[in-house]
Amino acid sequence: MKVVNGLYYTKDHEWVRVEGNEAYVGITDFAQHALGAIVYVELPEVDSEIEGEESFGTIESVKAASDMLMPVTGTVVEVNEDLENDPSLVNSDPFETWIMKISISNPADLDELMNAEEYEAFCNEEE
Amino acid sequence: MDSVKKTALYDEHVAAGGKIIDFAGWALPVQYEGIIEEHEAVRNAAGMFDVSHMGEVEVIGKDAFAFVQNLVTNDVSTLEDNQILYAMMCYEHGGVVDDLLVYKFGAEHFYLVINASNVEKDFAWMQEQSKGYDLTLENLSDRVSEIALQGPLAQEILQKIADVDLSTIKFFYCNRNVMIEGVKCLVSRTGYTGEDGFEIYAPHADIAKIWRKLLEVGKDLGLKPTGLGCRDTLRFEATLPLYGHEIDQNITPLEAGLGFFVKLDKPNFIGKDALVAQKANGLPRKTIGLEMVKGIPRQGYEVLAGDKVIGVITTGYFSPTLKKNIALALVDSAYGEMGSELGVQVRKNVFPATVISKRFYQKQYKK
Repeated sequence: MKVVNGLYYTKDHEWVRVEGNEAYVGITDFAQHALGAIVYVELPEVDSEIEGEESFGTIESVKAASDMLMPVTGTVVEVNEDLENDPSLVNSDPFETWIMKISISNPADLDELMNAEEYEAFCNEEE
Repeated sequence: MDSVKKTALYDEHVAAGGKIIDFAGWALPVQYEGIIEEHEAVRNAAGMFDVSHMGEVEVIGKDAFAFVQNLVTNDVSTLEDNQILYAMMCYEHGGVVDDLLVYKFGAEHFYLVINASNVEKDFAWMQEQSKGYDLTLENLSDRVSEIALQGPLAQEILQKIADVDLSTIKFFYCNRNVMIEGVKCLVSRTGYTGEDGFEIYAPHADIAKIWRKLLEVGKDLGLKPTGLGCRDTLRFEATLPLYGHEIDQNITPLEAGLGFFVKLDKPNFIGKDALVAQKANGLPRKTIGLEMVKGIPRQGYEVLAGDKVIGVITTGYFSPTLKKNIALALVDSAYGEMGSELGVQVRKNVFPATVISKRFYQKQYKK
């Protein structure tokens, strides 16, 4: 399982790459491995405001549909439209394949998330 | 997973990297390498499934034929020895107890293969229905292991280690004396994938060596161990029903589109009156195929005509073979004409769905 330093992580296996007041969000290697082949990613609407821990979209493997949860409250700035044509990018390169870019409402919310080391330990317990 | 049962092949699955889940109380692999890769292996070469969780019931006695003929919807009188029939057991009201394979070993000897999730319910039902018949019923489910070897190369692979000329086992026939790795096996040309293939029944103690030998001789031909994940996508593409999805106690075989396996002209069987009446009065619901460009239909999603809910998805997938989002749906019979436009509620959205033939994939049986 791959974990990247310098990112924030959620217990629902999303990663967050912060750039100023904005952040890219994707799902982790652990998550893509657990889901198996991704066949569809339902992206959120740009400009929608979503509360932390609310669903911002759905990711579907052959077997099932899973919610993706908002890491912190924010507004969707941009979505990765490449995923509409090739959802398997999430499998092949989960940390480079961002799903959306958000503007963070309250940067202090990031303190609630895990760093790479904490997330790795969290995953080891889940396995 | 402490309370779940392990099949005799459990260690093989773990060693092969199987992702183990609890399925109907059994610890079984949902996949090894990936559902899509395994699905394609079965369509293009061969895959092998551990289906030891399936239930087996043996019926022996003077009245065995009369009992089975009354128990199931299909006509058992048409069977030769060592021939097999697909059928359903129904309740008096026409809903389905379970679907099953009926193996006829002889006039007084039948072997019924039932779904793992229904073994206890089915066996109790059979016992109840067997009153007054001169026969013995034995539940062998915990004593039999089973491998389903499926795919266009299944025969070529199995022939390398079986002593019987497999071309002599025709579609939906069996041979009870096939020696494989020194073990006497029951081998039938049956399956649940829409491909040619065999189901191999053997004792627990011997099944692992057969599994390993198959992998060894089949590897170069593309044989892969395959999990429950692709078993479901394969059977779905071939429009083979699954209990709890297309059929259950509240869905009749006629509504599920399985009328071919219901012989209403048979003298009698449990549920016949209800099914005859349902056919005469018109079916309230029917099973249709749907295709969607956007959104993947899943079991339980509502099907709409305009704003009106007219039915429900029974199984849906992004089809690995067809590369399309397709589904089977049980809908009000007034709707669902071929080519018509319906909608499916996918979470917050209703996406368009076109009614298509439910023969998604042409079965590749060797008849």
